[in-house]
Amino acid sequence: MPFQSTVGDYQTVATLETFGFLPPMTQDEIYDQIAYIIAQGWSPVIEHVHPSGSMQTYWSYWKLPFFGEKDLNVVVSELEACHRAYPDHHVRMVGYDAYTQSQGTAFVVFEGR
Amino acid sequence: MSKKYDAGVKEYRDTYWTPDYVPLDTDLLACFKCTGQEGVPKEEVAAAVAAESSTGTWSTVWSELLTDLEFYKGRCYRIEDVPGDKESFYAFIAYPLDLFEEGSITNVLTSLVGNVFGFKALRHLRLEDIRFPMAFIKTCGGPPNGIVVERDRLNKYGRPLLGCTIKPKLGLSGKNYGRVVYECLRGGLDLTKDDENINSQPFQRWRERFEFVAEAVKLAQQETGEVKGHYLNCTATTPEEMYERAEFAKELDMPIIMHDYITGGFTANTGLANWCRKNGMLLHIHRAMHAVIDRHPKHGIHFRVLAKCLRLSGGDQLHTGTVVGKLEGDRQTTLGYIDNLRESFVPEDRTRGNFFDQDWGSMPGVFAVASGGIHVWHMPALLAIFGDDSCLQFGGGTHGHPWGSAAGAAANRVALEACVKARNAGREIEKESRDILMEAAKHSPELAIALETWKEIKFEFDTVDKLDVQ
Repeated sequence: MPFQSTVGDYQTVATLETFGFLPPMTQDEIYDQIAYIIAQGWSPVIEHVHPSGSMQTYWSYWKLPFFGEKDLNVVVSELEACHRAYPDHHVRMVGYDAYTQSQGTAFVVFEGR
Repeated sequence: MSKKYDAGVKEYRDTYWTPDYVPLDTDLLACFKCTGQEGVPKEEVAAAVAAESSTGTWSTVWSELLTDLEFYKGRCYRIEDVPGDKESFYAFIAYPLDLFEEGSITNVLTSLVGNVFGFKALRHLRLEDIRFPMAFIKTCGGPPNGIVVERDRLNKYGRPLLGCTIKPKLGLSGKNYGRVVYECLRGGLDLTKDDENINSQPFQRWRERFEFVAEAVKLAQQETGEVKGHYLNCTATTPEEMYERAEFAKELDMPIIMHDYITGGFTANTGLANWCRKNGMLLHIHRAMHAVIDRHPKHGIHFRVLAKCLRLSGGDQLHTGTVVGKLEGDRQTTLGYIDNLRESFVPEDRTRGNFFDQDWGSMPGVFAVASGGIHVWHMPALLAIFGDDSCLQFGGGTHGHPWGSAAGAAANRVALEACVKARNAGREIEKESRDILMEAAKHSPELAIALETWKEIKFEFDTVDKLDVQ
């Protein structure tokens, strides 16, 4: 019998919500997701937190939300600047939707330790 | 002008068929599909429906002269053919706002789908749609929290919620049941669900279930670092017991409870929704018995009406069918009523089965829940159909995994995230579904095995209730 003869052991993993079950994204893949945020008309927001605080509702803003920013390269360089400033923090990318007052999307780009 | 009392039986159409009437913004409008007995003119059938669902009775009565019935009567203002159906027609009826108690869905339905459905001059009658006026909507509580607040409480953004019903649906002890909840949640699901018929049976009393489930939810939350929940079914024998269960769920610090709104009834549902609003509790809504009412194409109430009624009565999530799974529902019709759960304005669109413009104003939205006979292969289609503001629930598709529920949960989570990522990157997820899933399976043995297990399962039957469009 092929696959059913062996039962694997599923180990619980600690994850950081959306895309937590996918392997780390390549740079191009991250660019695609940011481009999606911009194309939806959402504002890019960068947030970071020490891993010990990952379940807090509020993570620290990096600067302020980048309201109206349409330039992918600006967002990427801000993400990198945030990561350089807080190398041990989780850094997440949020697409903020002012119409619904909700986050259109949010995912962690750099995982701290 | 006062009128004289003239005893006897008048034709309904003399009073209730008013083709010149222009409906008011405050009128409640309804569209019925009518199938009359042979030989009865359409106008008479339609007027009878208007009369019997509002102020009329079969005979003239003296006491109607004590009031101004012109002000209170329902009126049939339009009749339309049903495309491709010679024996039935649509009757559009306008009801004045004052016929209904503020905020009472129970009252609206008691009038509109009350005695009239047993009326002998009709062979069949189906309530297809209701246009609720803003003046009525503003008197309803609606979803206790709504989509935006639910996302904020659960910390889930940019993707559908992922859930599953605990199986077997009946017969597990509280402790065993909690184990299955724990397995699903630690494996990557956001939410698990009591099956609708789990209330408080001898094999598992509700308090025992609530306690073990709470422990499972908290443990999974601690271990995964993500927010988790389980819909604790509070549907009960009496309203008093329902509230007792809800209070206990709150005491256990659980984020969400559930109710069966048709078997439980609209009065109970509205009450529980109000309790949830007061207590910061999310409310998941099941729809047992709906298919008895909504599946026959010529008789009953279309689910779009039941869905609108739920949004007004109150719930944060409502089951809507899956389109692709084991239960009835075609794609366009489903899209038509999930719009009415989630959007703030839904235009008339017969290709989606919506007969009226429906303005929801500031009423919060309800998550559409897709559940029943779905598995990983359906994921791309489900995401394409339901979008992000939905909750996708895989029961057999989680617990049926050869490695167990935790691995089944992980497989679903990987598949979902892979589809979301691909969609965001601009890929056509339905066309490229196979590639997307196979790529994702390369780094997830759980998904690879799930894809292998369910590769042959399809539910391809024709829809019984089709849209009347040609």
